[in-house]
Amino acid sequence: MELLERFAAGDVEAFESLFRQYQGEVYRWIMRIVRNRAAAEDLTIETFWRMYRAHARFDVAKGNCTGWLRRIATNAALDHLRRARPEVSLAEDPPAVTKPDLVDQSELRQSILGAMNRLSPRLRIAVILALVEEEPYDSIAEALGISVNAVKVRVFRGVRVLRKELSAAGVHP
Amino acid sequence: MSDREMEEMKKLLKDTLPPVGDAELGHDLWPAMAQRLADRPLRVPWWDWVLLVGAAATILFFPGVIPALLYQL
Repeated sequence: MELLERFAAGDVEAFESLFRQYQGEVYRWIMRIVRNRAAAEDLTIETFWRMYRAHARFDVAKGNCTGWLRRIATNAALDHLRRARPEVSLAEDPPAVTKPDLVDQSELRQSILGAMNRLSPRLRIAVILALVEEEPYDSIAEALGISVNAVKVRVFRGVRVLRKELSAAGVHP
Repeated sequence: MSDREMEEMKKLLKDTLPPVGDAELGHDLWPAMAQRLADRPLRVPWWDWVLLVGAAATILFFPGVIPALLYQL
């Protein structure tokens, strides 16, 4: 029996194989959204826990494990952002390597981070994935379970809200 | 909003929040996952128990429904 079939039948060893195969990919996807290593690790485990609980609903015929996991991971990250909002900050876990062209005025940086943190989680995810991580719109749409047009609308609305917030703070992008 | 304005916002965001797309997982998470599986075994939801008890009670008090249920199977 194939790995996915064994997983769908509730085989824990098959689940472990899938976990080891996909944990890095799931972690990276969640990291792009929450931008915090500790939270991303917790949410990776939460994602696989949800996957394990739903093993009987996995469609073996489709066999799209990556897409299914990404959707679960996105929902887990969205739940995290909703639960923790507004305490969750996008700047909690900045990358170790900094580029010379990074925005160095801390006031401007704080204004942008503040505006991002005040965005609703669903707009924030769309803006981060589309504009910061430059994920293809169809990947974002699949992960969010919405159409490509709906993703574009969310990005547009998110940017509009950001521009308003920044203008109110005296920043004119 | 024009494409230029969108690009400006994109640049501003990327300068403030550098992409983390290639972040690597530092260690294997399976031990933590295995611990979670051991701590929280799968439970049957309470609603399923209610349905089961309801079905059993129906069959007990109204045995006449058995043929109808079998017909539905």
